[in-house]
Amino acid sequence: MTPAEILKAANLAGTKPDLSALVASIPYARYLGIQVDRKGTEITTVLPFARHLIGNPVLPALHGGVVGGFLETTAMLQAIFEVGGAEMPRPVDINIDYLRSGRPIDTFARAVITKQGRRVINIHAHAWQDEHDRPIATLRGHLLLPEG
Amino acid sequence: MSDIPPTMPEHRAGFAISGVPHAEGLAMTILEIGDGNALTMIPYAEHLIGDPETRVIHGGVVTSLLDNACGIAVTSKIKRFGAIATLDLRIDYMKPAMPDQPIHAFCECYRVTRSIAFVRGIAFHTDRSDPIAACTAAFMLNTAAKREAKP
Repeated sequence: MTPAEILKAANLAGTKPDLSALVASIPYARYLGIQVDRKGTEITTVLPFARHLIGNPVLPALHGGVVGGFLETTAMLQAIFEVGGAEMPRPVDINIDYLRSGRPIDTFARAVITKQGRRVINIHAHAWQDEHDRPIATLRGHLLLPEG
Repeated sequence: MSDIPPTMPEHRAGFAISGVPHAEGLAMTILEIGDGNALTMIPYAEHLIGDPETRVIHGGVVTSLLDNACGIAVTSKIKRFGAIATLDLRIDYMKPAMPDQPIHAFCECYRVTRSIAFVRGIAFHTDRSDPIAACTAAFMLNTAAKREAKP
């Protein structure tokens, strides 16, 4: 199923979309290996470590773009889960702060909608590894909701 | 470029980046490299798609391309490899990338201080005045030196 089909099915059934199926339907998210751990309304995304995610082979450390793409995907999933709709929201701008180097271990992320407008969502996301209170990166961004 | 440590991949124009697994996965290639600027490219590929219906590339791919190109621009300015870390990266998405077309990134490191490098860049298909995305980034310099200084 494509992301649009998964969202349509959820809308028809009046349920929340299956985020694990959704993330698996996005080729690049699947390539990164992103998984979704949903407990009720609490969503944590998981990025299991894999060699192809490395950006600095000397340290080694995760690629900054991988961490950014992971946070962006987390923000999109949180937005579609809370706001619903038949289409994925589109990123307008994102601002990533890199706080610690991403070590070659599993990474987790969560997102919180700061403000939901009619067309635009302001959203914050953070990623961590073994300690939740030691984030490796944070994201702040705006997502554009599809019209209609 | 003889002072490059053997542990880091050499950045050379006309070659795909090797030794950086994620850049390899994206088949990222350096097309031009100057004193503080870099032009890089990733070819279109099915595993980079963000929306299977429109076949548009995922935003995260553009993030990886710009982050990497910014890093190369910085290393071309400071003439050292492996000793920088991204502090922050802002990306503005202007339009979706077209399917089946390579994406280019041109980044320039326009200012370097003792510890920080400032970079700006754009991602585009063929026309730099019609960007897919624009970015600004700041990099911390000499991070490896501090790391090595610790016992």
